[in-house]
Amino acid sequence: MDDQLGALIVIFTEFYYWLTVVIMFLIHIGFCMYEVGASRRKNHIHTLMKNTMLIPLVTITFFFFGWWIYFAFPNGPWITGGIVESPHAEPWSQLMGAHMGAGADGWERINGVFWAAFLLFSWTAASIVSGSVIERIQSGGFWILAVAIGSVFWIIDAAWGWHSGGWMVQLLGYHDAYASGVIHAIAGGFALGVLFVLGPRIGKFAADGSPRNINPRNPWLVAIGLFLIYTGFWGFYVACNVPIWDVQAGDGEFFSATNIYLGPTTLSAITVNFLMSLSGGLLAGYWISKGDAFWTYSSGLAGIIAASAGNDLYHPIQAMFIAIVGVIFMYKMHYFVERRFKVDDAVGAVAVHGYAGFFGVVVCGFILWGYPSSPDTSFATINPIGQIIGAIIMFGVLGFLPGWILAKILNGLGILRIPPSVEIAGLDTATQEMFDAEEAAIVEAENAAKSG
Amino acid sequence: MTTGDFTDWAGTIAEIGPVYPFVGTEFLLVIAGLVFWVAWHIAQLRGEAKRLRDEDDKYS
Repeated sequence: MDDQLGALIVIFTEFYYWLTVVIMFLIHIGFCMYEVGASRRKNHIHTLMKNTMLIPLVTITFFFFGWWIYFAFPNGPWITGGIVESPHAEPWSQLMGAHMGAGADGWERINGVFWAAFLLFSWTAASIVSGSVIERIQSGGFWILAVAIGSVFWIIDAAWGWHSGGWMVQLLGYHDAYASGVIHAIAGGFALGVLFVLGPRIGKFAADGSPRNINPRNPWLVAIGLFLIYTGFWGFYVACNVPIWDVQAGDGEFFSATNIYLGPTTLSAITVNFLMSLSGGLLAGYWISKGDAFWTYSSGLAGIIAASAGNDLYHPIQAMFIAIVGVIFMYKMHYFVERRFKVDDAVGAVAVHGYAGFFGVVVCGFILWGYPSSPDTSFATINPIGQIIGAIIMFGVLGFLPGWILAKILNGLGILRIPPSVEIAGLDTATQEMFDAEEAAIVEAENAAKSG
Repeated sequence: MTTGDFTDWAGTIAEIGPVYPFVGTEFLLVIAGLVFWVAWHIAQLRGEAKRLRDEDDKYS
């Protein structure tokens, strides 16, 4: 911090991540609006609070242990090495607070904003699960699940498949630049595991097993919510990059933006690919759902997710076509799983995030086959087998399995599903009756004052 | 009297290090935070269980 150029790079990097955090906050405004719009009137407040309160709970637990997991677990541990010492990420580290040190890497200043950027990813992972379980899950049970996915399981997969030294990157050549698997497939898989135990909403399936649509009650909130999620997702893309890095291997210097693995990319590339995959998703979604607004908006998101693993390197038209195929895949899978397994995924989160994310990781292995997964030339190159194994780890091993096991435990403790009588009456009904009584008392007092 | 490790910004800023008050209590703060977090869940789960029991009785 004692020369102007060095200080500028550090403070620009600090500002860069700070800005992404603010933009990504829109994801959570969007998720809240989207979930409330998708829920029935009798459940609006419960739905809103369920999503909102995951924010502080995941925040404090990500401070206590989530951040440390990312830096401590890239080797598994015990796959390519032991637990990595990570003093800067321990919750009692002085670098977790305001600090005026001046280390060469600027970690004293960047630790906080970098933590916050990852935290916003953590909220997203938990929020994805939140939408699928609306209108019948207990808040307390959900919040335990939110901490598990937001501050433990997703960050383990990030250490394995996103950290520049992660064992999956080293051994499998795993590539997932904008988190098709690292955030979306794992959260979708986790949600599916929970849904298998939680069961469908009352009335979702007819006696003969055929599904009924429980349509969004407020399409405007859903639409605005998804627009905000798109906007926040843009910030997420930028947050997955390193803004300035010397990417020249060997002699010489060449400064560029990089992906999360420190491989070179540009903000232009990821911006064009973001828009082209969004467009491919919207076009495919409109077509396959016959113009259904809910699925069209969701497909825009699914399109981006399907192309995200390789959107640092794809051609824009490749990104568009990958999005189109990914959306068709996730849409068909949603209805297949719903009919076959009687799974009530209330907002299609398992499909949009889980199936599209899984697809995105796998297809990246074919399209980017042979590309370097890392600047480290000893690492495996990107390949289909590595990506298929990676997708299974993300969706199944770190997603579905923990979600199913934890939901079983919570169900056994009686803190997963609300009683049927309360579900039928509505989770907000008692509160609304109290509001009505309070209002009646005020009206009565006003009338008494008027006549007296 | 100061709760921090410094009373002015004179000298070499980089040598100040952490600038929050009560430096050295970080571990205790983490323990207190963890206890608060677990206690919050316990209190919330108890409160929700009671509310759902009451509502179940009312609407059954």
